[in-house]
Amino acid sequence: MADQPTPLERFIQGILPENPVYRQLLGLCPVLAVSNGLKPAITMSVAVAFVLLGANVLISLIRNLLKPHLRIVIFTLTIATFVTLADRFLAAYVYQMSKTLGPYIPLIIVNCIIICRCEVCASKQSVFAAASDAIGQSLGFALALSSIAVVREILGTGMLFGLRVLPTAWPDWVIMILPPGAFLTLGLLLGVINWIDSYKSKKSRSS
Amino acid sequence: MKPVEPPKLETSGLLQRLKNTNIGQAWLVLVLALCFGASLAAVQLTLGPVIEQNKLNETLQKVPELILGTAGAQKAAEQNQNLVVEPQIIVVEKGNRKIFYSVYKATLNGATTGWVVKTAGQGYADKIELLIGFNPTIETITGLFVLDQKETPGLGNKIITQKWRKQFAKKGIIQPLVVVKKGAKASNEIDSVTGATISSESITSIINKAASDLRGPLSANILKVK
Repeated sequence: MADQPTPLERFIQGILPENPVYRQLLGLCPVLAVSNGLKPAITMSVAVAFVLLGANVLISLIRNLLKPHLRIVIFTLTIATFVTLADRFLAAYVYQMSKTLGPYIPLIIVNCIIICRCEVCASKQSVFAAASDAIGQSLGFALALSSIAVVREILGTGMLFGLRVLPTAWPDWVIMILPPGAFLTLGLLLGVINWIDSYKSKKSRSS
Repeated sequence: MKPVEPPKLETSGLLQRLKNTNIGQAWLVLVLALCFGASLAAVQLTLGPVIEQNKLNETLQKVPELILGTAGAQKAAEQNQNLVVEPQIIVVEKGNRKIFYSVYKATLNGATTGWVVKTAGQGYADKIELLIGFNPTIETITGLFVLDQKETPGLGNKIITQKWRKQFAKKGIIQPLVVVKKGAKASNEIDSVTGATISSESITSIINKAASDLRGPLSANILKVK
């Protein structure tokens, strides 16, 4: 398949050019829900990375056996299995964190990033390409999630990772750690990214 | 108009016919489902006990706070008075059904200071697991903790906040608890979480049921010890 991107392209595209959150606007439910602190955000990113890598590799391995009308069933089955694994591991080894994340770990099953990557990449390309795609997209997701979490945690509590970074005189903007803060931050960061993009393209056009 | 006939499939060989059966189409789904099911069962067998132990540890940690209150538990810890917690299973017979309750009996210097009951019931979204602290005779609630819930984030899941749970402490439970919209006055009234009446009612009904089921057996247990 000559028109498919190479593994390296897949990897790089996932991080910024095709960032799952800022560019494709996928998987926004966990982005909005668990980005009120850096710690849950990182745990969430790791869980998503595990599921994405597992599902992409497995789907890529069996891609020649897939029947077009049954592929979605198989994607969902695979994703659900890996999510349940991640959920059980978190509950067994980081119990408090798994309680904080609550229903959002099981909800990775319906996270459209993963089903999108299975459909776009893993069901068409080799294992190597699928794996590098999964890693690239996971890094992109982690980047987006933690950038929002950093802004919200610092402005909302004056702390980062539980350590104080702003002076105690900072009036905590409680709204930032509440749901509206998630929408505000996501919107503003999206705006910034789009602004940088249009600035760049304007510059390249004028030169 | 005649219904359109489905196009005749090539049924030349046995292999071709096999491919067109339901099994031939769906074998991959079935095989994967079996493999995934087996691996999940294996994971559950290995990790299940660890998760149960985590929950048990959390329960045991919560017992002093649920019986003595936050301030009381801190004071007791400072004075090195450790509650002795004794897990037991209480069987309540209801008609021809048996209900099993995990009960933790807390004693301080030999005297029973209270009970913590682990129980569960249907919430708005899924099962809610609760720890309820009672005084020795199951007449008042001494504390409430939510072990597990999957209620609506932002609405129903406010049942886990200390702010909402603390109103349960010192509520009488001889009369069943009742949920009111706002401004609970009587000693058996509970303010509901705004926008989550069902979650609030689930919690009170779980508590009411546990209290009425266990009052007899547990008070009898105290008398027997005395």
